[in-house]
Amino acid sequence: MAPRAVAEGDVAVTNPTTMRGAISIVSWPISKQGLFCLQIVLLLTCSTGLQATVLPEDRADIMYHRYDGGGVEVDGPSILVRKSFSGNVSLNANYYIDSISSASVDVVSMASPYTEERTETSLALDYLHNKTLMSLALTSSDESDYQAETGSFSISHDMFGDLTTVSLGYAVGNDDISRNGDRDFGESLKRQNYRIGVSQILTKESILDIDWETITDEGYLNNPYRSYRFLDPLSENGYGFQPERYPNTRTSNALALRLKYYLPYRAALSGEYRYFNDTWGISANNVEFAYTHPLEKDWVVDVRYRYYTQNAADFYSDLFSRVNEQNFLARDKELSTFQSHTIGFTVSYDFHPERWQFIDNGSLNFSLDLIRFEYDDFRDITRGGVAGEEPLYSFTANVIKAYLSVWY
Amino acid sequence: MIEVKTMLYRICRFLLSLSILASAGCSIEPWVQPYERAHLADPIMSFERDPVASAYRDHVYQTREAARGAEGGGGGGCGCN
Repeated sequence: MAPRAVAEGDVAVTNPTTMRGAISIVSWPISKQGLFCLQIVLLLTCSTGLQATVLPEDRADIMYHRYDGGGVEVDGPSILVRKSFSGNVSLNANYYIDSISSASVDVVSMASPYTEERTETSLALDYLHNKTLMSLALTSSDESDYQAETGSFSISHDMFGDLTTVSLGYAVGNDDISRNGDRDFGESLKRQNYRIGVSQILTKESILDIDWETITDEGYLNNPYRSYRFLDPLSENGYGFQPERYPNTRTSNALALRLKYYLPYRAALSGEYRYFNDTWGISANNVEFAYTHPLEKDWVVDVRYRYYTQNAADFYSDLFSRVNEQNFLARDKELSTFQSHTIGFTVSYDFHPERWQFIDNGSLNFSLDLIRFEYDDFRDITRGGVAGEEPLYSFTANVIKAYLSVWY
Repeated sequence: MIEVKTMLYRICRFLLSLSILASAGCSIEPWVQPYERAHLADPIMSFERDPVASAYRDHVYQTREAARGAEGGGGGGCGCN
């Protein structure tokens, strides 16, 4: 985007409020679906809080998203519309669809490939009073075997000469989990998020964000379709499967630092570090660096690199020594020890339609990320071999986003 | 329920502390004046320039990783009103 005219006393920036889209997760930890809902409403509300206390811009976005990797394909649209009223109220709505086709290594080794669809709708309200912004959001997600309802509230306030914005957020979600083909199966899950964020202007060219978030889960956290693997001398291939068993509670903490720096020739550098741990024994770190460079008057290019690493949950094993070896047993590769590398870019073109007077400006965007996952203790049993000595699993995923944004 | 009440109490207490701090902060002279925030106001300085896109990126990571939370989702810009 082209820089906006800035005058003394009129330096308001209406950064976009983040609307959380989501990709469905039937082929990975099913409890994350509710987490998506919770994240969506929390970010619907909190994201405005982490910026200067102004109402979000009136804008509309329509995006096509596609994830393709590890035998899983997820694609669909996401539509966001945001409109303010009477100067201190803003409403926004998001409609999102995931169309899933899964033949992941888990599915192939334990079940049959399938297709699925998930629909998600969100509605949020922002209310601005002086330097305080309050936000409410509701999100509903519907899938054949998972329904999630989530609500959230957040408040943010500018202080210290508007150099600092502090925000607090809370969200609660209730999920109902069923299992296709099993009418007797019914479980529930309650999740709560607590978040605090500080956005701090450091210098005329740099800004720092600090975020802390605690998430608690109580209820059914398994994927009802996934099994763990154990050594079974009586089996032809040397191992057998039994349904996973997870604890019924989980609490996690995450702390993130983000720094953005403006370069003298109109470009921007950013860096991010996040530390994570939880009561399942998992700790994770990720770092990301990005560079934003306007090419011509209306073109902007972003390039980025991200590295992520985590250790396994206490109750994870690729191959348990016997059936029911311990109280809790999991073989979900997202709970294993692994690293991932991401490289990506985004190209944006801004346009200023003169024919359509109700549109101030717009942008066309294309984004591609390549993510390489390398697992240290999750084996690809579809490739055969002696039990416990199969090749370690790895794969590359492509993530595409193509979207149109208009401001009015 | 008790945990929720405890958490709400803590939040209220924290907000009260912030209000006191904010009141004190009115007398603080900003070291970056509003008219010096042109660079910070540039859209390229936003942490989340396109909300739908960055949200989708974060959720791709959420599905494939155990880590969750503190993804950001705002910030950047001039930090002023």
